[in-house]
Amino acid sequence: MSTPHPSPEPTVPASDVQAQQAFRRGARAALAAPAAVLFAGMMGFGALSQSVGMSFLGSIAASALIYALPGQIVMAEMMAVGTTGLLVSLAAALTAARFLPMTLTVMPQIPSHHRSGVAFFMAHLLAMTSWAIAVREFPRLAPDDRRPYFLGFGLVCWGVCIPGTALGYLLAGHVPGPLTLALVFLNPLFFLLNFTEVRPLGFRLAILFGAVLGPLTYLLTPGYSLLLSGLLGGSLAYGLHRYIRNQQAERP
Amino acid sequence: MNELILVLAAALGTYSWRFLGVVLSGRIRTDSEFFQWISCVTYAMVAGLVLRIVILPVGLLAQIPLFARLVCIGVALVVMVWPYRPFRGLVPAILVGAVLMVGAGLHFVAPA
Repeated sequence: MSTPHPSPEPTVPASDVQAQQAFRRGARAALAAPAAVLFAGMMGFGALSQSVGMSFLGSIAASALIYALPGQIVMAEMMAVGTTGLLVSLAAALTAARFLPMTLTVMPQIPSHHRSGVAFFMAHLLAMTSWAIAVREFPRLAPDDRRPYFLGFGLVCWGVCIPGTALGYLLAGHVPGPLTLALVFLNPLFFLLNFTEVRPLGFRLAILFGAVLGPLTYLLTPGYSLLLSGLLGGSLAYGLHRYIRNQQAERP
Repeated sequence: MNELILVLAAALGTYSWRFLGVVLSGRIRTDSEFFQWISCVTYAMVAGLVLRIVILPVGLLAQIPLFARLVCIGVALVVMVWPYRPFRGLVPAILVGAVLMVGAGLHFVAPA
């Protein structure tokens, strides 16, 4: 980093202070609703892994290392029926394709000089929760604040998965049904509520089309529902928004 | 031991997509049309998944009738966009939705 006015006293660079502030802001943002949502989801996984006979440490390792609930659930269920590592790897990969577009939409918003090696670690911190917050907050943040903000946010969410899984494992079978129900409900509720904060028209259209296509495609072909609703709904929204943009551009 | 191998295998399968994303993202500019398109695809995918979970749930949520699920969601959404403080925003909306769902559970799910 070169500054136009060289300062005589070698103090802590202003950019470091700014990065620390952004890190803390991210961590604080995570400590409200997002951490609670992830905690509840991980509790659910902890309880499931206990019921299929996983060990306590194995359950926690799964949450920390896989860090993607659908993949964790698939793994726990396959483990219960007995399987090989290769099959588990393939099955988990099939449930995790969403991380490709999620990474592709978050990473380019972080300045390239902030992306070298850390990006491979940041990608591991990406969950649907941190994706939703990143795409919402990044446009409001200075580009140089985005990496520390994401790290603060992502590390808190990741940290929460260990106590969440542990608590779920230890409480398995002891939580009343209605409470478990509310814990399961937190996840979809969180994302629905976050959709109301999305402003750009193209993205709003995408949410609308995806919302209609998700259940419809699931009725037709459950396995390809995610892929279809994403590609079809997203492309439709993109095309319509582009058409509207061009119409507006033609009018003086 | 065997368990750890399976955990690592699943972790590898999941991480491969994240890895591919980082590698490919180096060439994408946020002001490009491709970025607009892939963002639309991601939003549609997440919205599709969330609505599927609410409308056609598998597991526990399926024990609650559709209209009750929609009421929980609807009231929470109203709290989310409610124009008067302090009863608005993400945290109050999530709390209201969760409390309503506990109520729905007490009402519709027979106690074990």
